[in-house]
Amino acid sequence: MSKFSKKKDGELPAVSTASLPDIVFMLLFFFMTVTVMKDSSLKVENILPNANEIKKLEKKDRIIYIYAGRPTQEYQKVFGTETKIQLNDKFANASDVGDYILQERAKKPQELQNVLTTSLKVDKYANMGIISDIKLELRKVNALKVNYTTYDGDAFRNLQ
Amino acid sequence: MPKRGAPPEVNAGSMADIAFLLLIFFLVTTTIETDAGLDRMLPPIEPPETDVVIKQKNIFEVIINKNGQLFADEELVEISQLREKAMGFLDNGGAPSGSADYCNFCQGSRNTSSSDNPTKAIISLKNDRETPYGTYITVQNEIVGAYNDLRNREGQRLYKRDFTSMEAAYLNPETAESVRDELKDKVKAIQDLFPQKFSEAETSNN
Repeated sequence: MSKFSKKKDGELPAVSTASLPDIVFMLLFFFMTVTVMKDSSLKVENILPNANEIKKLEKKDRIIYIYAGRPTQEYQKVFGTETKIQLNDKFANASDVGDYILQERAKKPQELQNVLTTSLKVDKYANMGIISDIKLELRKVNALKVNYTTYDGDAFRNLQ
Repeated sequence: MPKRGAPPEVNAGSMADIAFLLLIFFLVTTTIETDAGLDRMLPPIEPPETDVVIKQKNIFEVIINKNGQLFADEELVEISQLREKAMGFLDNGGAPSGSADYCNFCQGSRNTSSSDNPTKAIISLKNDRETPYGTYITVQNEIVGAYNDLRNREGQRLYKRDFTSMEAAYLNPETAESVRDELKDKVKAIQDLFPQKFSEAETSNN
């Protein structure tokens, strides 16, 4: 009888909370592996269109990003509702794109300078006019490798 | 005071707080990047030879107007029909069987008023300044899809493997060097069968 302790009446044992941090650590590891540090916050609306014949952009250090779209709500009062280009963290005009590419190219090491890809992240409701201006500027600085960045999906959904 | 039977347990409540802090930091400073899209080459600003004679039948002109309507090869088509038409054009192989341009792997209709062989076939895309970007991407997707479907067919016929899977394995830095070298030759061979001669003309202001 001394081996069995008296049964407690009506009192539930306390729930052990030692495993709570494990759950949180799992979420943390997920975020650490799946995400990348943001290098610029988006000031333009950027709902990318869908496409399914896409290729992955493997090497992050060989990519120069150009964002385009209408400014977000908080910037619309100052910058209007026309489609604008965002380079790094600032709004820019099409004529600034050439200088920007040359600057970014100069920052890269010598052997990578000829294999840079320009990733165009454009809102799907933007008009082609500004895109053609960007493409003309890219051709002038000989940045001919271009990637129209999209989500993976059915391309016909862009038409709605 | 004598030690109790078991040492006292460390309170694990504060571990969760540390974990939450780190989690909030990562949530705020990182994004899940989209890193895939349609790879294209822009034409250089000065065309290398401006007086190369290109026969009209070897050009497939695609025009998108500001309402998103599509003109392919001078007739109004739906975007859903574009891939088939582009494949029909590229795969045509209109050159007669004796000539130097004959392509023996083409399975198209061999119409003499369409392209001679895939290496001479050029697709040109023209769009208006007001065309929505989403429509433009859909059209680009369909044309690149036509090239990929034909290249996949050749990949299956020659190497029993889809071209797109070979190319993805070749570009993936995680595959072994030896595998990548052998894939490189195969990928290049298929790319030479159906070269992507896809140019974009200047936009108009209709």
